[in-house]
Amino acid sequence: MSHDFAKGVAALESQIDSRVAAYFSSCVHCGLCAEACLFYTETQDPRYTPIYKLEPMRRLWKEQHTFWGKFAIKLGLSKPLSDQDFADWEELVYDSCTLCGRCSMVCPVGNDITYMIRKEREGFAAAGYTPPGLQEATHRALTIGSPMGVTLKTLQAALRHVERNTGLSIPMDRQGADYMALFSSMEVVNFPEYIESVACIFDAARVSWTISSQAFEATNSGIQIGSREAAREIVGRVVDAAESLGVKYVISPECGHAYTAIRWEGPNLIGRPYKFEIIHILELLDQLQQEGRLKLSGLTETPLTFHDPCQIVRRGGVIEPPRDLLGKVASGFVEMADHGEMNWCCGGGGGVSANERAEGLRLKVFDRKRKQLEALGVKTLVTACANCRIVLEEGIEDRDMDVEVIGLTELVAEHLAAAPAASSTGSE
Amino acid sequence: MIGQLIDGPLWYFSLAVFGVGMLYRLYSILRAGVKPDLAPPRAGGGAGALRNLFSRFVPRRDVATRGRLTLIAGYLFHLGLFALLFFAQPHVDFLAERITGFGWPALPYWAFIISAELAFVGLLLLWLHRLLHPVTRLLSSVDDHIGTGLVFLVMLSGCLALAQAFEPLRLLHLFLAELLLIYFPFSSLMHTFTFVFSRGYTGAMMGRKGVNA
Repeated sequence: MSHDFAKGVAALESQIDSRVAAYFSSCVHCGLCAEACLFYTETQDPRYTPIYKLEPMRRLWKEQHTFWGKFAIKLGLSKPLSDQDFADWEELVYDSCTLCGRCSMVCPVGNDITYMIRKEREGFAAAGYTPPGLQEATHRALTIGSPMGVTLKTLQAALRHVERNTGLSIPMDRQGADYMALFSSMEVVNFPEYIESVACIFDAARVSWTISSQAFEATNSGIQIGSREAAREIVGRVVDAAESLGVKYVISPECGHAYTAIRWEGPNLIGRPYKFEIIHILELLDQLQQEGRLKLSGLTETPLTFHDPCQIVRRGGVIEPPRDLLGKVASGFVEMADHGEMNWCCGGGGGVSANERAEGLRLKVFDRKRKQLEALGVKTLVTACANCRIVLEEGIEDRDMDVEVIGLTELVAEHLAAAPAASSTGSE
Repeated sequence: MIGQLIDGPLWYFSLAVFGVGMLYRLYSILRAGVKPDLAPPRAGGGAGALRNLFSRFVPRRDVATRGRLTLIAGYLFHLGLFALLFFAQPHVDFLAERITGFGWPALPYWAFIISAELAFVGLLLLWLHRLLHPVTRLLSSVDDHIGTGLVFLVMLSGCLALAQAFEPLRLLHLFLAELLLIYFPFSSLMHTFTFVFSRGYTGAMMGRKGVNA
């Protein structure tokens, strides 16, 4: 990929808003954010300190927004940001940050470091300093429609399997349905049981739903690489499809960053509120069971714990629904010491799992989750994000651990009170 | 002659630089602007901002364990300095005479001594940590050391001038405090004021998402 330093600086400069200015003005370099970052705690490498990953952006802010910064540059006492800085920091910005947001929860002055790293990536993407794995994923998302190359035909093949297994008919492009479901490529390719579970649950709860053939992919590589233009294009496809079908809600799948993209960044990317609402699948399931439409029976007695996907819980605010649902289907649910909004990341969020170059580091920092699981001693780990799930499974395999990872939606589906009727789903 | 300069014009000059510089820094933060969030909130941003403003005074359990030294030293220094700055008898008298026009109850002498000791211990521990720990050593800039050094010298000269029996020591203390006031708006010491913005912005955004930041 070609590099364009001037474009990168211009993009980075455009990201400096009041929040960024306040954050850099407040930072006293106490280093506490390092203690919240698994890349530091598991390697003890000070370069992985979250605020240090923002050094290029901080230097640009200082050059342009502070007296000493301007003064030092004029007198030649300080070197302006250079192309080499982008090259030197690329690995820190992409390989060693999952945008998990844990550092933002502990900063004594309240800096949202993750917000800044998300913005810093805009500058790096514009300058052309991004990992090849993420570049390719973004290219596939824009040209094929999915970062993993999943096409409509691939989805249709997966849906045919689901229909055969369940005896249900999956509604496609149903005009005026209440809900439009999105899926992540990872779910379609690696965990089609998620789609099967959704179909069974919706049939049991008599949910009016559909899938759009125009926009079924929920993941958004534009958010991960830091390209606002790509992110806007990907979100726009979902918005166009949902508004043309006239649905009331779009269901974000278990995938974590997909939720952040469509729920929290989406309206800001397209520059207007949606004409529909976004609901996360866990929020919807919890709502359905509270309304009595989703009837569950039996309890799994196996001791199990829950891995909170960062973008759904800490950065997304869906904190209680997974716990409510687990309480309805599992009697042996125990929390890890750091859970909920203070969970530890799986190590593969923020595009790290799509970045082959970062694999070694990702597997190393998985030690944080390994220690959490070993401290608890459970052999079953429930989660609600296909990306977390694959990253956890790879880490577990790498460490020869005897732990099974299961999806929460599937666990809920296993406890449906009545077997799904072999009839068409999606009709109220 | 020098004494008159320190006690008069230099004091007013440093106070003006501090006031104007501080207001300009805050204005430059606000001037950068924040785009309105178009995503429908789950809860109110205002309540989140207010909650975060105060809740960050209490550290999260995990970091309270892993960053114990920084946190304890930070509390000792900030609380000790606050007590000294606003409740030491000489400061109450000085502020009443030069700025507010009225006084308030000051700390007893023994409490003053304890506050000073706590502030010194906290500041020295933080400074040592900054110099010795690989993370803070990597992060720290010249500004961090100048700011810490100036605060240390102001506190030290303040203790030496405590008896107020030796005029040159009082003038030295005032002169160093004036240097600190002049340096303040151009440095990371501005976190004294900007932390309100940082906590507020983060608290508002996380509050809208329904997360207690």
